[in-house]
Amino acid sequence: MIEIKNIKKSFGGTPVLKGVSATFESGKCNLIIGKSGSGKTVTLKCMVGLIEPDEGYILFDGRNTTEMDFTARKEVRKEIGMLFQGTALFDSLSVEANIKFPLDMFTKMTAEEKRDRVNFCLERVNLPNTNKKYPGELSGGMKKRVGIARAIVMNPKYLFCDEPNSGLDPKTSIVIDELIKEITQEYNITTVVNTHDMNSVMGIGDKVVFLHQGLKYWEGTHKEILKITDGELFDFIFASDFLKDLRLRAHFDDK
Amino acid sequence: MVRIFETFGEYITLMYRAFSKPEKAVMYWNETFRQAASIGVGSLPIIALVSTFIGAVSAVQFAYQFSSLNLVPMWWIGSVVRKAMILELAPTISALLLAGKVGSNIASELGTMRISEQIDAYEIMGVNTPAYLVGPKIAAAIFVVPMLVIIAVFLGIIGGWGAGVGGHFYTTAEYFKGVTDGFKSYDVVVMMVKSLLFGFIISSVSCYYGFTVEGGAVEIGESSTRAVVYSSIIVVIVNFVVAFLLL
Repeated sequence: MIEIKNIKKSFGGTPVLKGVSATFESGKCNLIIGKSGSGKTVTLKCMVGLIEPDEGYILFDGRNTTEMDFTARKEVRKEIGMLFQGTALFDSLSVEANIKFPLDMFTKMTAEEKRDRVNFCLERVNLPNTNKKYPGELSGGMKKRVGIARAIVMNPKYLFCDEPNSGLDPKTSIVIDELIKEITQEYNITTVVNTHDMNSVMGIGDKVVFLHQGLKYWEGTHKEILKITDGELFDFIFASDFLKDLRLRAHFDDK
Repeated sequence: MVRIFETFGEYITLMYRAFSKPEKAVMYWNETFRQAASIGVGSLPIIALVSTFIGAVSAVQFAYQFSSLNLVPMWWIGSVVRKAMILELAPTISALLLAGKVGSNIASELGTMRISEQIDAYEIMGVNTPAYLVGPKIAAAIFVVPMLVIIAVFLGIIGGWGAGVGGHFYTTAEYFKGVTDGFKSYDVVVMMVKSLLFGFIISSVSCYYGFTVEGGAVEIGESSTRAVVYSSIIVVIVNFVVAFLLL
């Protein structure tokens, strides 16, 4: 479980996070949603330690990372896997070398063990026999899947996904979402997904945290979201008239 | 003025972290050798070409000056070319060329990695990114730049021989008499000191500008330009200081 408590962060005097608190549960897909500029990415980067919060605490199963030194935080980071928005695959390395890198750096596994682990992860994300390819030779969806394979290769306890569906077609987005959900449940990972894709919210959102103007505005499940009738979250979810009509029709169909 | 001190402080902090204890030494060794091959092999053709012609043109210039004076024997040209190449031309010209080629390459590579979140990806894994991405580049440059300078000296001297003999300014025997006459090993020490310092300056300044870039493609271009400009300026200043102190 990950807890964030009263996280505040400003950039150049402009407050981006004004005191966000939330709990992200183990074995569940926890989604952070919100409009562009609401503070989703900053929250995620504060959680993984890429940005230092000005105030507040971040607890990974009770361990406060905001008060840790570099060495102690490094140990927590080894339990973290992250899928970046642009995948952040290492251009100069092959798919196999990308996934193998953390094993090379942090484990004493033999070459054969590493190869087996890489192949297992690639098969898990449905990308067998792509070991020798380079990131430049892969499609957007394949890159995301390699990103997921790299994120899970060290058996992480925590998985962070920053906009996993950005730049993907709807069908591939669903495949990536399902993959994230399966992996979360299979390995009992605490997964935190930063998204503004409503398909993801409805498909994998075990728990949803809605940020608005640097504050937590709402939290609940994807089922509860449908019961929202007004306010900022309603405007965010049913941003288009098309969706509002659909919701209205569903409402009358229920009656 | 405050910005200069801030930049210097950030640079010193980066250098401190770049030489902290590695997570797994073998990975750092591999990366250092990869960088050494990239800097060394990649820069060899341009260093060879330029130093050969610098030696050649130096010989022609000295021959022109000496022949008009008619006071000194022509075999002195070998000595003057050797001295000029070892003490000044090979280390300085090579360093300025490397600042342009290697410096911009390092800054843009690290800048692109920063912008595309590849450095963040290393950080998330728990890798000490300055140590893994900056340290090996500096170590490789300190190792390779002196070698390139030594090659530049040899090729410059050969260039001087080719130009002088081809232009009938002196014979091969005269030229190499000059090259070997009055050779001081201390000159090579000065050359090596300069080469080591220049290798460190070019790589560390370029790493700093690449590693700390923020923004997008425009900022990567700007940081690459800054890396070349500032490392070149520091090279010529340090060149003067070393010459002043050691000669």
